[in-house]
Amino acid sequence: MIEAANNAKKFTETTVGRNCRFTEKIAKSVFFLMTLTMVLPLLLIIGFLFYKAWPALSIDFVLELPKNGMRAGGIWPAFLGTLYLVLISLVIAAPIGVMAAIYLNEYAKENWFTRIINLAVINLAGVPSIVHALFGLGAFVLAAGLGRSVLAASLTLAVMTLPVIIASTKEALSAVPMSFRQASWNMGVSRWQTIRGIVMPNSISGILTGIILQVSRAAGETAPIMFTGVVFYKAIEKGDLLAYGLLDQCMALAMHLYTISTQVPNVPDAVPFATAVLLLGVVLLVNALSIGLRIYLRTHRKW
Amino acid sequence: MSNENQYAIVTEDLDLWYGDFQALEKVSLNLSGGIITGLIGPSGCGKTTFLRCLNRVNERYGNVRTEGTINLLGKNIYDPDVSLIELRKSVGMVFQRPNPLPISVYENVVFGLRIHSPRSELKRSVLDEAVEQALREVMLWDDLKDNLKQKATELQLEQQQKLCIARLLPLKPEIILMDEPCSALDVEATSAIEELMLTLSGKYTIVIVTHNMAQARRISDECIFMLLGEIIEHDRTENLFLNPKNSKTSDYIEGRYG
Repeated sequence: MIEAANNAKKFTETTVGRNCRFTEKIAKSVFFLMTLTMVLPLLLIIGFLFYKAWPALSIDFVLELPKNGMRAGGIWPAFLGTLYLVLISLVIAAPIGVMAAIYLNEYAKENWFTRIINLAVINLAGVPSIVHALFGLGAFVLAAGLGRSVLAASLTLAVMTLPVIIASTKEALSAVPMSFRQASWNMGVSRWQTIRGIVMPNSISGILTGIILQVSRAAGETAPIMFTGVVFYKAIEKGDLLAYGLLDQCMALAMHLYTISTQVPNVPDAVPFATAVLLLGVVLLVNALSIGLRIYLRTHRKW
Repeated sequence: MSNENQYAIVTEDLDLWYGDFQALEKVSLNLSGGIITGLIGPSGCGKTTFLRCLNRVNERYGNVRTEGTINLLGKNIYDPDVSLIELRKSVGMVFQRPNPLPISVYENVVFGLRIHSPRSELKRSVLDEAVEQALREVMLWDDLKDNLKQKATELQLEQQQKLCIARLLPLKPEIILMDEPCSALDVEATSAIEELMLTLSGKYTIVIVTHNMAQARRISDECIFMLLGEIIEHDRTENLFLNPKNSKTSDYIEGRYG
């Protein structure tokens, strides 16, 4: 009888089990809430930006020159300046970063020298951008004699993005399984041939992702460029794509946004918001391009 | 010294260190050509390390120091005029986990040819012929001839491992090193690979590392027992298993340790 009673209770829930189930529920809902907390502000910001910017947004806003002391007209010089800075810094930082990462991941032996370099890369990635700005001012503007110019600002941005590009490229390279390299080496294939034929094709999308993330960061930074080449106002021809020379000063969206929202009185409300929307647009555009490139590379590889 | 040429692999007093750790100690061996030699011993005894010495791929793994000599087919592979490329073309390796490259079956087989031949010799017909010959030799041609464009990593494990062997053949290797080639495979795949090894022996000198003593007994002509970086015993396989001379060997074979 006692045994039968015990058997009837077999597999039924105990108090401990009930508590367990309860905590499980709470944990799940807390984590879900945190995910919402992350997404919600983003959506709110974007929605608010578009709502406020709507009256000023138009194609002309992008293509026109600023008028009336930045209070009207468009932002073409700043838009073009940001494109210049981002592209030039990318052209400088990407090849150097990728090649350095290849050396560190594929060639360098583990010793004190490479350990110090790796440590430096990680720490440099965490240096605040205002420190990079001061470095750029000292090194490129003053010591190298470039003056405050597009080139000096781009170099500063490049120095800022380089460590992160190296770190993310290394990550992408080390995600390629060692067995691919072993297979290749054991057929008498040299390291470089292995890198070109096996390692790079299998890591290119990871490498590009890392680079692109840095490009969008470079587009949004204000501090590194305000000491090194970006100015409050620069007169250029409307629609001139080659308006800035390498040694000219230029305008940039992030800096422009800062000045019209804090330094210029009586700017219509919609203008700074429209500028912000455009800055966001540039970043999204670059990201979209990179995603397109990745898809292209993935589908058009010869294998 | 005059009879040295009959051996495919001759090592003398081979020592190897990983940093401060000595992984091989005074390894002196004479391995005959054209047969299958099995290397057995408990984990960490230096079997794989020894194998990697034979095409000097050990040097790619950093912090490795070797002393002593290794003669392959009458040539000291540490001579200054030895090209690592040519050495590794003649001494191929097959791994524990099949590691086909993430490209098509066809491209896997011609990967070595593409890298090592001048562009003018890479005619479509030459490549096609090399693929067919290599795949026939490993008994994959009938299975895969219609799927040469398939991605190699999507094949069954057995086919992948055969492909890894086929990949070496266009480079005309003389020695094939196998590092536990069956330990990731099921019973049927294992016997298929073993059968393949038996058909390849004679044409190639095969050295196989295995954890599986029954396998060593089934397929090897000669067998070497290693322990803690040293060679304990080297004999015809049937002698080693039936009349081991060293008590360490007999204890290992009987499963007292390892």
